[in-house]
Amino acid sequence: MPARAQDVPLVADLSNHLVAITTGFTGTDVLLFGATDGPGDIAVVVRGPAKDDVVREKRRFGPIWANSDSVTFRDVPSYYRVASSRPLEEFAPETLLSRYQIGLNAIRIIDANANATPGSAAESRKALLRLKTESNLYDQGLGAVTQMSNRLFRTELHFPANVPTGTYLVEVYLFREGQIASAEIVPLVISKVGVGAEIYDFAHGRFAFFYGLISVLLALAAGWTAGAVFRRV
Amino acid sequence: MQIYLPIAEMSVNIFLILGLGGAVGLLSGLFGVGGGFLMTPLLIFIGVPPAVAVGTQAAQTVASSVSGVTAHMRRGNVDFMMGTVLTVGGFVGAGVGVWLFNVLKYAGHIDLTISLGYVIFLGVVGGFMLAESLPGVLKRRPAALALASRGPGRHMWMHGLPFKMRFRRSKLYVSAIVPLAIGFLVGLLVAMMGVGGGFLMVPAMIYLLGMPTQVVIGTSLFQITFVTAGTALLQATVNKSVDIVLALLLLVIGVVGAQIGARLSAKVKGEHLRTMLALMVLAVAIRLALDLVITPSDLFSLGGGDGS
Repeated sequence: MPARAQDVPLVADLSNHLVAITTGFTGTDVLLFGATDGPGDIAVVVRGPAKDDVVREKRRFGPIWANSDSVTFRDVPSYYRVASSRPLEEFAPETLLSRYQIGLNAIRIIDANANATPGSAAESRKALLRLKTESNLYDQGLGAVTQMSNRLFRTELHFPANVPTGTYLVEVYLFREGQIASAEIVPLVISKVGVGAEIYDFAHGRFAFFYGLISVLLALAAGWTAGAVFRRV
Repeated sequence: MQIYLPIAEMSVNIFLILGLGGAVGLLSGLFGVGGGFLMTPLLIFIGVPPAVAVGTQAAQTVASSVSGVTAHMRRGNVDFMMGTVLTVGGFVGAGVGVWLFNVLKYAGHIDLTISLGYVIFLGVVGGFMLAESLPGVLKRRPAALALASRGPGRHMWMHGLPFKMRFRRSKLYVSAIVPLAIGFLVGLLVAMMGVGGGFLMVPAMIYLLGMPTQVVIGTSLFQITFVTAGTALLQATVNKSVDIVLALLLLVIGVVGAQIGARLSAKVKGEHLRTMLALMVLAVAIRLALDLVITPSDLFSLGGGDGS
């Protein structure tokens, strides 16, 4: 991180540090707010937990379209969103944006296929960014940070219904004269809670077999009961 | 009202699920069919991942077949010996099917396999149903009768096979290889496509094995109950693809729909409805086929690597 001034030039926090995905979850907004010790531009980057992603390309085989080539990308942020007080290129130099991976064009995504041709990897990278954007997981919301009297700032971070779970990092950068004057990272946990989470953990955990067993027994019991009830009606 | 499906990892409108489950249940009661062959593609259409649709449907088929098999058992219409042999074949088929499913999923071909399987399966089933119902509508002799009148005992090659077994309830003395093979194919269908497989098994039992018709339905339900239960267990353990919330929703409303359908079937004229069902099945097949043939709007897709 770049040099800090003696007084903290930047403080930021979230209205909520835990987003709970319950059975009725349809997406949510979290407010990011903070203060600076003077004028400057704010850039906010929200990064979801890194995962591997596979991009597949369809080809025509006879009359049918089927997946053919695939490129695996390692450690792709599962969620990525940028908000800034002005368009990034107006206040931040290219080198800093790429060093701190600020902006969709600056995300570092490494393909793991040794045999993928550079052309197809570049195509797949573009497709990955586009597909993630289409499913509302990536976004470059320009000018979304509002500033008040050069001291206070705020932005709404939107998390859609399909948001992946895990620990998120919200990075806040304060830019002054083309330099990063200060930065802060606020963690955010998104997790499933309630019955849905318990069921998911049960089904994906060590006792998956018992989850299956209970499912089958429930189905058997339900079918049996229904048959018995309707025989009497 | 939205409800979150924990394994499918998506929010759906609860009334959409209840509507689909009720409608398919009504149809299955009306025509005495399993309904899985319609439910699985419909679930895929509304965005449920194909793997979850297939796994969940296996669990739901357990429920819809168990009440049927108990009714047939009370009437003595189940050949337990034959049912057991068919079930053993079914378990092997389901095991191979679940393994194949997993391999295809990681290779990125599972969606295509399921769609292609359904296009062929629904196309054949819908075509046969249409062919069988049209002569009735047109006041001609049903095609099935002509086939059935040929009777059993015609397949000489079959009787040359080893491992003969006696099936008392069916009054048959045939090689165990044939029911094992039939059971295997049905198990494969259950695991790969989430259908009960009655459509394949019932004709095979009548025409290939020559079983008496009164024990065919009960015995096939016996096999379907055990094989779908085994498959659901395997799918849940290996592929983590059984959504119990979705299964229970479909099951409860499906059972009610099926009972109403069964009552209605006594009152309405069957042949026209059969033609309609046949057309509907063909329409689903055509829709799936078009999705495979039409140039996709996006040639790229995500996922399949870590199951996401």
